[in-house]
Amino acid sequence: MFKNFDGESVMKSAIINARIIDTKNNIDELGGVLINEKGFIDACGKKITKDNVGDTKVYDCKNKLLIPGIVDARVFAGEPGFEYKENYRTLSQAAISGGVTSVVTMPNTNPIIDNVSTFDFIKRRARDKSLIKIYSLASLTKNIEGNEITEFGLLKLNGAVGFTDGIKCVQKNDVMDKIFNYGKNQDALIIQFPQDNELSKNGVINQSLISTKLGLKGIPEYAESLVIERDLRLLSQYHSKYHISLLSSRKSLEIIKYWKNKNLNFTSGVSINHLSLNENDIGEFKTFLKLSPPLREDQDRMELIKGVRDGVIDIIVSDHKPEDEESKRLTFDKCNAGASGVETFLSLALEQYHNGNLDLKKIVKCITENPAKIFGINAGSLDVGLPADITVLDLDKPWVVKRENLKSKSKNTAIENKKLQGKVEKTFLNGKLVFEI
Amino acid sequence: MILMALFKTKQAVKYDKKHLLGIQGLSIPEIVHILNESESFVKLNRKDNKKLDLLKGKTQINLFFESSTRTLSSFELAGKRLGADVMNMNVSNSAIKKGETLIDTAMTLNAMHPDILVIRHGDSGAANLLSRKVNCSVINAGDGWREHPTQALLDAMTIKMNRGKIEGLKIAICGDIMHSRVARSNIYLLTMMGAEVRVIAPSTMMPKDISKFGVKVHTNMENGLKDVDIIMMLRMQLERMDGSYIPSTREYYEFFALDYKKIKYAKDNALIMHPGPMNRGIEIDATLADDINRSIIVQQVEMGVAVRMACLKILMESQL
Repeated sequence: MFKNFDGESVMKSAIINARIIDTKNNIDELGGVLINEKGFIDACGKKITKDNVGDTKVYDCKNKLLIPGIVDARVFAGEPGFEYKENYRTLSQAAISGGVTSVVTMPNTNPIIDNVSTFDFIKRRARDKSLIKIYSLASLTKNIEGNEITEFGLLKLNGAVGFTDGIKCVQKNDVMDKIFNYGKNQDALIIQFPQDNELSKNGVINQSLISTKLGLKGIPEYAESLVIERDLRLLSQYHSKYHISLLSSRKSLEIIKYWKNKNLNFTSGVSINHLSLNENDIGEFKTFLKLSPPLREDQDRMELIKGVRDGVIDIIVSDHKPEDEESKRLTFDKCNAGASGVETFLSLALEQYHNGNLDLKKIVKCITENPAKIFGINAGSLDVGLPADITVLDLDKPWVVKRENLKSKSKNTAIENKKLQGKVEKTFLNGKLVFEI
Repeated sequence: MILMALFKTKQAVKYDKKHLLGIQGLSIPEIVHILNESESFVKLNRKDNKKLDLLKGKTQINLFFESSTRTLSSFELAGKRLGADVMNMNVSNSAIKKGETLIDTAMTLNAMHPDILVIRHGDSGAANLLSRKVNCSVINAGDGWREHPTQALLDAMTIKMNRGKIEGLKIAICGDIMHSRVARSNIYLLTMMGAEVRVIAPSTMMPKDISKFGVKVHTNMENGLKDVDIIMMLRMQLERMDGSYIPSTREYYEFFALDYKKIKYAKDNALIMHPGPMNRGIEIDATLADDINRSIIVQQVEMGVAVRMACLKILMESQL
């Protein structure tokens, strides 16, 4: 028995007989993973069988799929300030039950994570309270007001993996210009939530026939594509590190393709909600489906799926935004936007595999390898020497999403009663089995 | 023709819904039923003794989150004439201001066992939300930009009283369509009843994809009013006149207000309606609004009480 870096005992162990998918190492084969007594991956692949793992604790995962622990790159943790919605402990429980072992958290807390001391505080909180690995973002601008840039250099030294105003978009051209310009010095990852404030003012839903019918203020798709167009034009001046956090409109994809063809380097993400749902699902004012950016037409959804398939979109995120009952039990105009989703993330993503829209390896790549690479996180693959963060799932197991079974502190799922196929059965974190059904 | 037959045969059409949340969701026979019922109340309201006891012992609460004079007094009078105990909730003095949510207010009122809640709220869908949380019937007296069903019903009643029918009429709705629940409810009802509906507004005040509701879209009064039988003017919200939707009231008046010049585009006997309150000199010429040969605006108010009495009666019957 040895102690791992958390000071806990880990036995040497092996997972065998599973179908392993590790897109980074181009592995898709039956085999196993050998985990050493420090909780790191010792070996992986078809060579690991029952006969050659020796005296270890063996997990036989016959007929199961084994993938690297999921890296969810857009999660709202609630600490500090919104602990009543979610804290690191409840987030961890929700995450591991969904096979998520690393999360990138948003700076939209109270206070905003826009300075070194607040950043340091949450880093310590996360270290003490969180089971899963927390990678925090800091804000791009002070108090997310879009006026003054934060200390990219110092925050990065402290561990910030990137910078974003999270639920807000930097509006001023001059400020964004400075962000790209200065961000280049510090090699900072600049993450934009693309939405024009004026065009989306008071908007709560996609601007379309549905908004007209429901009598709600709509947000036109160009509120998004306009900002992306501006940002990419600025980016072409500086070639800084840039990531678009969430896409919702097919028109945005056209702009992204245009600039990618001009050899501009940047990445983009989409939430699983926008690949699975459309504006019609809002029905008669279902507040749990009020999202930001709003759900758009089904044609947008299909184009976003195609964007993932073609590699125009790099990552899929849960956009886990826990909201308590009081924030959702209001009229559609007044309620908060966002849906809790970290624990249903993988299963919902697998819907796109089961219905033939995306292949399995593409999905795995977009939730493990790619986010780890973009955010510089030491995870997302089964590389020898990496901490053994591993998710084992039954790809075909049917189940139904029920609010009361959710482990997140807030139960605002956008897919209540949805029938899904594929469920996480075991989650390993640093080589230790932390979740099992 | 089928519609005419429906109006004539006063057969018992059962209205089995618990609430009246919008015109969307009503069937043609249900609308005809409400209009037929309203007719008897029009007669009653013109008599000396206007009081019935159909709703005796029932409690009606009018919960108005937006200020209103005519709709509130119309609902109050309708309830009282049917014998109900009517209470008006003055929301500006209530706990809402202290942060209580709509649902908390609803639950509090629900505990007092009302039979009917009439709600007006600035947010679309507020009546739907309320109806899911209380045990009694809910009537939507206007929610955000979404629906104002009793207004559309009283407008239909007014048209029917004047023209004897709705089917086949050309009806233009003019003004700020985008922000208007009156326009939406009227579009649903009038198209359903077989009228040809046109909407006329500057394109900044036209909601997206409105043509998919089966209406013709015009941005010019001359084309839009051509040969119409009925002109419905909408109230212009003054806060939208500050350059954000249209440049000025002066420009709006010139191009979109109804005056003696523009009314000539319509049929010679075209009638003018307005849900009130009117901005004279902004969306409508002051004299034209009072022209007894043209304007049936006052009649709309009269029909309002009758239609609301019919709605209250029908909802209470559906509870039996």
